Amino acid sequence: MEERKIVDIAQAVLAENDRMAATLRADFDRLGVFCLNVMSSPGAGKTALLERTLSDLAGEVPIGVVVGDLATDNDAARLRGKGARVVQVTTDGYCHLEANMVRAALDALGLDGLRLLIVENVGNLVCPATHDLGEHARVVLFSVTEGEDKPLKYPTLFKTADLVLVTKIDLAEAVEFRRDEALEAVRGVAPQADVLEVSAKTGLGLERWYEWLRRRLQPER
Amino acid sequence: MAPVTPSGGPGLQWAVHEVSICAAAVRAAEAKARELGGRRIAVLRLRIGALAGVVPEAMEFAYPVVCRGTLAEGSRLEVEHVPVRCLCASCEAEFEPKAAVYACPTCGRPSAKIVSGRELELAQIELE
Ligand SMILES: [Zn+2]
Repeated sequence: MEERKIVDIAQAVLAENDRMAATLRADFDRLGVFCLNVMSSPGAGKTALLERTLSDLAGEVPIGVVVGDLATDNDAARLRGKGARVVQVTTDGYCHLEANMVRAALDALGLDGLRLLIVENVGNLVCPATHDLGEHARVVLFSVTEGEDKPLKYPTLFKTADLVLVTKIDLAEAVEFRRDEALEAVRGVAPQADVLEVSAKTGLGLERWYEWLRRRLQPER
Repeated sequence: MAPVTPSGGPGLQWAVHEVSICAAAVRAAEAKARELGGRRIAVLRLRIGALAGVVPEAMEFAYPVVCRGTLAEGSRLEVEHVPVRCLCASCEAEFEPKAAVYACPTCGRPSAKIVSGRELELAQIELE
C-alpha cells in the first residue's frame, strides 16, 4: 500500500469568492458607493419594489443595479428607463450570484459617480446565503402571500439579513395575513435585522425604506 | 439548494448549489496537492456548519461527480458537522439552539450572536 500524507488545510471552501468580495468592498468604500445584496424567493415582489424605488430615488441618488437572473432578461428590462444604470448577469442555471459574476457585471456597468449599488440576487431563499458579494448590507424580502412562517422555514438566509422587508402589504387583508405572527417569526429568527412593511403598489411604508437607505449612503462627493 | 432533475434518469435529484461548492473545495484541494507534489487525493475532509447554507447529503451526492477528471477522482469525502452555538447577551452564556428561533434556554430571549455554525471549511486532505 502506498504511503499516505495527511495535510491540514483549514481554509474556507469559498476563500476565492471571499477574496474577490473583499476586493469589491474595498472598491465600493474607496468610491463612496453603498452596496446592497437583495434576496428573496421568486415572486416575492423584488423587481416591483426595485422598479418603484428607482422611479422614486434615481433623481435624488445616482443608482446602479446588477440583476442576477437564471436565464431571461425580463427583470432587467423592467428596471431600465427609470434613471438608474442597469446591467444583467445571467447565471446559466446557477442558483446564486458569486463575487466574480458581480465583478464582471461592474466592468460593464462602471461604478463611477454611483452612490448606491443594488445587487438583485437570483430568486432563491437558500443558496444566496453562502456567497459574500462585497455588499455592505443584506436585504431579505418576503411577501404576505408567502405565509407568516416563511422566516421559520428559511432561517439560514434570514439570519444573515440586516433588513427584512415584508412586501405586498396591500394584499394583507385579502390573504388574511396574520401580521403579529409574521413579525414575531421575523424578530425571533432574525433579531439582528430591522423590519419594515411595504407595498410597492400603494407606496405604503416606502418612505421608511428610503430613509433606511439614505441613512446608510456616503455623503455626496 | 436548487434541485434539478438531469437527464440521468427519473428520480435522480442533485443540487446545483452543492455541485458548485464541491467544485470549489476540490479546486482548493488540488491546488494544495500540486503544491506538495501529491499524485492523488485519497480523502478530503470538510467541516460544514448547520448554518453554512449547504445540505451535507447533497454534497456527498455531488462529490464523486465533481471529482471526475481531477486529482481527487475516486477519493472519499468525510464531513464533520458543526452544530450552531450562540451567545445570550443577557445571560452571557453560550448555548446550542434547538429550533429556528435561537431562544436562550435560561431567559428565553432570541440570540443574534452566532458563535459557530457558519463554517464551510476545507479541513484536511490525505495525499498519495
Ligand atoms: Zn439568556
